[in-house]
Amino acid sequence: MRSNLTFAGLILGSFGSVLALAQSVPPPVPQDEVFSRESIGHALAAPTPQAGHTTANPANSPADDGQWTMPSKDYASTRFSSLKELTPQNVMHLSPLLSFSLAVNKGQEAAPIVADNTMFIVTAYPNYVYALDLTKAGAPLKWRFAPKPVPASQGVACCDVVNRGGTVDHGKYIFNTLDGQTIALDVKTGLPVWRTRLGNINIGETLTMAPTVAQGRVYVGNSGADLGVRGRLAALGENTGKLRWRAWSTGPDHDVLIGPQFKPFYAADRGTDLGVKSWPPQAWKIGGGTVWGWVTFDAELNTVYSGISNPGPWNQEQRPGDNKWTAGIFARDPASGEAHWYYQFSPHDNHDYDGVNEQLLLDMPFGGQMRKVLIHIDRNGYVYVIDRHSGQVLSADPYGPVNSSKGVDLQTGRLLVNEDKITRVGRETRDICPTASGAKDWEPSSFSPDTGMIYIPHENICMDWRSMQVSYIAGTPYLGAEVHMKPGPGGNRGALTAWDPVNRRPAWMVKESFPVWSGTVATGGGLVFYGTMDGWFKAVDARTGDLLWKYKVDSGVIGQPVSYRGPDGHQYIAVLSGVGGWTGAVVSGPIDPRDGSAGLGVTAVMADLPKYTTAGGTLYVFSLPH
Amino acid sequence: MFSRFRIEFLTCSLLLAACHYAATGIGTDPASSTAGEPATPPVPTAGGVITSALVPGLVHGAATTDPRAAQYYDNAQAVTEGKRLFSQYNCSGCHSNGGGGMGPALMDNEWIYGDRLEQIHQTLVEGRPNGMPSWGGKIPDDQLWQLAAYVRSMSLPQTIAANTDDTPSQNPAPVPRAVEQDRGWSPPPGTTNDYTDLIKGPQ
Repeated sequence: MRSNLTFAGLILGSFGSVLALAQSVPPPVPQDEVFSRESIGHALAAPTPQAGHTTANPANSPADDGQWTMPSKDYASTRFSSLKELTPQNVMHLSPLLSFSLAVNKGQEAAPIVADNTMFIVTAYPNYVYALDLTKAGAPLKWRFAPKPVPASQGVACCDVVNRGGTVDHGKYIFNTLDGQTIALDVKTGLPVWRTRLGNINIGETLTMAPTVAQGRVYVGNSGADLGVRGRLAALGENTGKLRWRAWSTGPDHDVLIGPQFKPFYAADRGTDLGVKSWPPQAWKIGGGTVWGWVTFDAELNTVYSGISNPGPWNQEQRPGDNKWTAGIFARDPASGEAHWYYQFSPHDNHDYDGVNEQLLLDMPFGGQMRKVLIHIDRNGYVYVIDRHSGQVLSADPYGPVNSSKGVDLQTGRLLVNEDKITRVGRETRDICPTASGAKDWEPSSFSPDTGMIYIPHENICMDWRSMQVSYIAGTPYLGAEVHMKPGPGGNRGALTAWDPVNRRPAWMVKESFPVWSGTVATGGGLVFYGTMDGWFKAVDARTGDLLWKYKVDSGVIGQPVSYRGPDGHQYIAVLSGVGGWTGAVVSGPIDPRDGSAGLGVTAVMADLPKYTTAGGTLYVFSLPH
Repeated sequence: MFSRFRIEFLTCSLLLAACHYAATGIGTDPASSTAGEPATPPVPTAGGVITSALVPGLVHGAATTDPRAAQYYDNAQAVTEGKRLFSQYNCSGCHSNGGGGMGPALMDNEWIYGDRLEQIHQTLVEGRPNGMPSWGGKIPDDQLWQLAAYVRSMSLPQTIAANTDDTPSQNPAPVPRAVEQDRGWSPPPGTTNDYTDLIKGPQ
C-alpha cells in the first residue's frame, strides 16, 4: 500500500512535451497521534444485543418490490435490496450486461433510479436526465432531457459539479440542477410538469442534493456554505412545485421555524433566537449551515430530519459562539416545518465538519429494550445513535482515527474539542484527524437487517490547517483557511467498515488505497457492493468482508450502486462510474496537482490519483449470465 | 478553443477590413488599395486564394496591445503586490495557490482567454461565463494589472523553479517582456500570420 503513495508524476507540458515531477503524497500521520476507540467512545448503557434484533420499521422500509425509486431505497435509508439471486457462491460469475455513456466527464454521484421497468439517471452538470427502457435489449433511451443550467453555476460549486440524484414518485422524476432549479419531469414523456427556482448562483448558492419526496411534498436544501450562503430547507408541493414552507438554518427563531413545539434535549439548545445570539452581529446572514446532504422522512414518527452543514467562514476566530444552528441535525414537522428538536454535532465547528451525512432510521436494542433510533455517521468521526423521539444521544463512538475531539459528553451532549487541534490565525495546526472532508463525507452507508451491520464507506485522511482573515465578497469563497491533507494512520486513505451499532464496534474493515467515495448497497443474498476511486467495482461478503468479485470500469466510482429486479425477474446491479467530487476533482476538475492546497486542500493527499484513473461517466449494469 | 476563437473574432470585429480578408481570403494587389477601400491580404496565391495561417487564440498585431500593460512587465513589485491582492480578494479561494479548485489552475500553460497581460486584465475586468466574477470598476485598475501580472507569473519557468514544496507561487518572478515575443510557434511554409501592414492600412 505504501509503495503506491510515492511516485514520479507526469504532467503534460504546454506543447505536448512530458515532464517529470517529484509528485508525492505526504507520509501518513503516526498511529499514536490519534485516540483509541475505547478511550473516547461513550454510551449511556452497556450493549444489550439479547434485547432484540436490529431492523427497520415496515412504515419506513416496506416489503421490497424490486424497484429502487429513491436514492436511499426506502425512508429508513437502508439501501438494502432483499433480492437473493446473487450470493457469495455465484457472484464470481457476475458480468457486465450493458454500459451507457452519460456524455459528461465529471463526478457522477447519483443513484440510478428504477421504477416501472425504466431506469432514470441524472448526470453531473449540465444535469442531463436519461430514461432507459429496461424491457428491451440494450435498454434503449425512452427520452432525454437537458435542463440547460446557467454555465456560471460551475464556477460557484465548491467541490466539482456533482448531483446526488433524483427520485420517482407519482409519475414524476424530481431532481435539482446546479444553478438552483428543482424540476419535476413526467416519467412517460420526459416533459417538465413544473420547474421551481430555489437557488441564486449570484451569491454562490447551488443545488447538488437529491430531493426527498414524501406525503406530497418535495424537500430541497441548498449548497454553498463555503461561499457564505445562508442555509435553508424548503418544502415544495409535489404537484405544483409551489413553496409550502422554508426553514432557515441561522437567524431569528421565526426564520428557523422554531416555536412552541421546539423541545431540544440538551440545555445548550434552549433559548430565544440562538441562531442570532450565537454569532457576532450580522455574521449569521453569511454563516453557512446549508442543507446539501440527506433529508430523511420518518413515516413512523411523521418527522423530517435534515443535516446542517458547517458554519462559515472556515476561520473560526471570525465567528465566536456556538454558531447555531450549523453542524447539527433538525427534526421538523413535515407539514409546517416547525422544529421539534435539534442536536449539534460540532458546536462552533473548527474543522469544516458538516452535519449533512445520511440518517438511518432503525429499531435497535439499547439499554435492555428496543429503541427507535436515528444513526448518523458524522464527518467529525463519530457514529451517533440518537433517540428519534427526543434527540437524545444514546452513544457516540469513533469509527475512524480522531484527535480533533476527545469524545462526546453524554450528559451535556457536547463534543469535547481537543484544545491542541483548535485552528488559529498565525499558526499552523498540524495532523488534525479527521480532515475537513471528514472521516466520512456525503457517500451513504447501507444497512442489512440480516447481519445487523451498517456498511460505511469512508476516508482515512488528516490535515494541516492555517487560518487567515477573510472578507466576504458575494459569490466568492468565504474560507479564511489553507488546508493541506495527508493520509491518516496506516496510510490507506479509505476503508469500507462493517459497523455493529449494537455492540459499538467494527465487525470487519476493508482498507482501500483511496477514499471510498461511493455509496454502498447491501443485498439479501449476503453481499455488499461498492466502488473505488481508481475504478474498481467490488462485491464483498457481508459477513466477513472477503472480496468475492471485482470489475474494472472506465473511471473511478463515486456513485451510489443499486440492486433491482428486472422485467425478466432476475437481479441486476447498476452503478455510475465517473470520478470526481471533492477528492476526485484532481482528475475531473481543472486542477494542477503540483499545488497541494488546490481544491480546498485535497490535492496534496490525492496527487497520485491521475496515475490510476481518468475522467469518465458511464452507467454499468451487471447480472449473472442467463 | 471556441473561446479563443471568439476572442479572435472580437478582435477582428474591431478591424473590419482585416477580418473581411481573413474570412474571405480574396483580394488583389495591396499596392492598388486606396484609402477608404478594403486593404488586401499580403500573400496572394494561385487563383487569388490566400492560404491563411490564422490560428484561433494566437493573436498578433498592434491592435491587441494595451499600452497600460507595459509598466507591469519586468516589475517585481507588481507581482508581489498581485500576490497579496490574490489572497485579499478571495482569488485563492477558487484558484488556490495557482493549482485551481472551483476555478481553473493558473500555474499550468493552458490559457482559455489568452496569456497576454492585457488579455488576463480583460478577463478580470469582464468576468467569464463559467463563473469568473467581473471585477471591472469594483477595485482599482492598477490592482487588476498587478493581479494579472501575478497570474501570468505563476506558470513562468522561473516561478515554478522557485517552488520548494506543494505550496507554489510563493516567490513569483517578474513577467519578462520577452514572454510575449516568443510564441513558440511559427507560420507553416507558404502561409503568413503577419498582417501588420494590413492592420495599419494604407499609409
